[in-house]
Amino acid sequence: MSTVATKAPLAPLPKLAAGFTPAIPIRSRYDNWIGGQHVAPVRGNYFSNPTPITGQPLCDVARSTHEDVEKALDAAHAAAKSWNVTSPAHRAVILNTIADRIEANLDTLAFIETIDNGKPIRETTHADMPLAVDHFRYFAGALRAQEGTISEIDHDTIAYHFHEPLGVVGQIIPWNFPLLMAVWKLAPALAAGNCVVIKPAEQTPVSIMAFMELVADILPPGVVNVVQGFGVEAGKPLASSPRIAKIAFTGETTTGRLIMQYASENLIPVTLELGGKSPNVFFADVVEADDDFFDKALEGFAMFALNQGEVCTCPSRALVQDAIYDRFMERAVARTKQIVEGNPLDAKTMIGAQASNDQLEKILSYLDIGKKEGAKVLTGGERRIHPGELKDGYYVQPTIFEGHNRMRIFQEEIFGPVLSVTRFKDFDDALAIANDTLYGLGAGVWSRDANTCYRMGRGIKAGRVWTNCYHAYPAHAAFGGYKQSGIGRETHKMMLDHYQQTKNLLVSYSPKKLGFF
Amino acid sequence: MASHVTDVARVVITPEAEAVLRQLEAQHGPLLFHQSGGCCDGSAAMCYPRGDFRIGQRDVYLGEIAGTPFYIGAQQFEYWQHTQLLIDVVPGRGSGFSLEAPLGVRFLTRSRVFDEAEQAWLDACPPPRGPQDE
Repeated sequence: MSTVATKAPLAPLPKLAAGFTPAIPIRSRYDNWIGGQHVAPVRGNYFSNPTPITGQPLCDVARSTHEDVEKALDAAHAAAKSWNVTSPAHRAVILNTIADRIEANLDTLAFIETIDNGKPIRETTHADMPLAVDHFRYFAGALRAQEGTISEIDHDTIAYHFHEPLGVVGQIIPWNFPLLMAVWKLAPALAAGNCVVIKPAEQTPVSIMAFMELVADILPPGVVNVVQGFGVEAGKPLASSPRIAKIAFTGETTTGRLIMQYASENLIPVTLELGGKSPNVFFADVVEADDDFFDKALEGFAMFALNQGEVCTCPSRALVQDAIYDRFMERAVARTKQIVEGNPLDAKTMIGAQASNDQLEKILSYLDIGKKEGAKVLTGGERRIHPGELKDGYYVQPTIFEGHNRMRIFQEEIFGPVLSVTRFKDFDDALAIANDTLYGLGAGVWSRDANTCYRMGRGIKAGRVWTNCYHAYPAHAAFGGYKQSGIGRETHKMMLDHYQQTKNLLVSYSPKKLGFF
Repeated sequence: MASHVTDVARVVITPEAEAVLRQLEAQHGPLLFHQSGGCCDGSAAMCYPRGDFRIGQRDVYLGEIAGTPFYIGAQQFEYWQHTQLLIDVVPGRGSGFSLEAPLGVRFLTRSRVFDEAEQAWLDACPPPRGPQDE
């Protein structure tokens, strides 16, 4: 690990970070990670990466181009010769060792993620990193349990079906859960025996570099390569390369189309996760008692503020039944007002900084159009300027709008702590509103009636319907979109299929010819 | 009122955004915009070299801004058509493969609701679909 970036001086951290001593320091400059080491970008250019906590520069990061992508692909293809044919047991041990290493450095990675992304440290500590650990362990186990199949065509003819890795794959990672989203894609790809070239989001380039340094002695060189930079300069050459066997992307619809277009030129498969506008449906019976369940439902309502709303499945539309609307909303707004805003590094903080300035601006533009369309602000509605060092950070008040489902704030993924609430009459009305959206990634259903839950859950056209819960992301449950929310699934062992070829050996054990010729 | 409305732009651009557009044109040649939706960098106007992004037959052509064609997906248009889009630019980072990201800026879509007279005019003049420059 004696490399360029690890020799770079320490990054200037916010003063509020005093007292944290991460085991892996944040450096003032990061290169690419290619072939198991830091490699400077070919053209020698870097871009400045701010921390959203203060809006001040944190570090410089490689501004890569197609030359760097080619280098990473060279390293990946070289490594693939051996990695593609390692035994499942060997790969599972490596995945488990990686999981152990993340767990042993959980506080450090959580700290780095919070500094780079702006999300509260209580989330990185208790959600992002533990989930990353669990995903590696899950796929280590899933791989060991995976079996091919045998079909007996007739007594002397057997079809064997083997799982084989695709080879070298490309993955483009979003900025909302930078390391966890990388792990969602990495763990199954590595389990299946692939080598990977990753392009992290330019807003959040740091945690993946800390991770690569951390596991450098576990993963053979070239198995995972990280190319930093901008989408148009580094992401595009990766997505359009004829040297990848698959591209996985999390992002938005237009780029999703562009990636499919590039993939069509190379005839390779794509998986896409493109966001949503998830309905969170509260039936009248949730208020039948003021008990633990009602308390849980109110937390489920406030979940729109998790990760500052920067979640593809953010429950950003709340549908509340007419009969209980006023009673429920009084409690729900009060619960939202209890959300603790502030310094993301403070363990008490529930909502931190938006990930970037342009994200902040976009959210503010939606607060603007929401008001112009006549939606009523029930709480929040403005940028939050915190005092002191946080004053130039990217903060937004948790906001609840009341309006109707044809408003743009009900139809577009704001990707901020902004909830749009409307009311519904009955089951059919709720289902119609829930499904009146371009997207179908997540949904929530809250009711004490099992039949209501079941019928609503089956009726909503979304890939994941949380039922009397929200924002749980276990590795052993499939996640992915209907409609314009994407193609394919993430998490769950079925993900292995997205990174494997099926090899069929069709074998005749009969010495007799067919007799045609 | 309606008689006073003779032409309504579905999309307009700020002088600041136009200046960035000119800079990108000098570097990349003719461009186009496609309005995105969805996750992360979504709801942004993506700017690409013309011909790089394939405009589909159902994409809606909202008009030209500073000589550059602007499109939106057909289904998204259904939910957006009552608003005028104002393409602005803000300091920032990244929006998919959009060309402006390396400049440290990002195109931002602001919006306003059309008034009744404007909407009536627009409803009478449905926008064309599919690529307009071929």
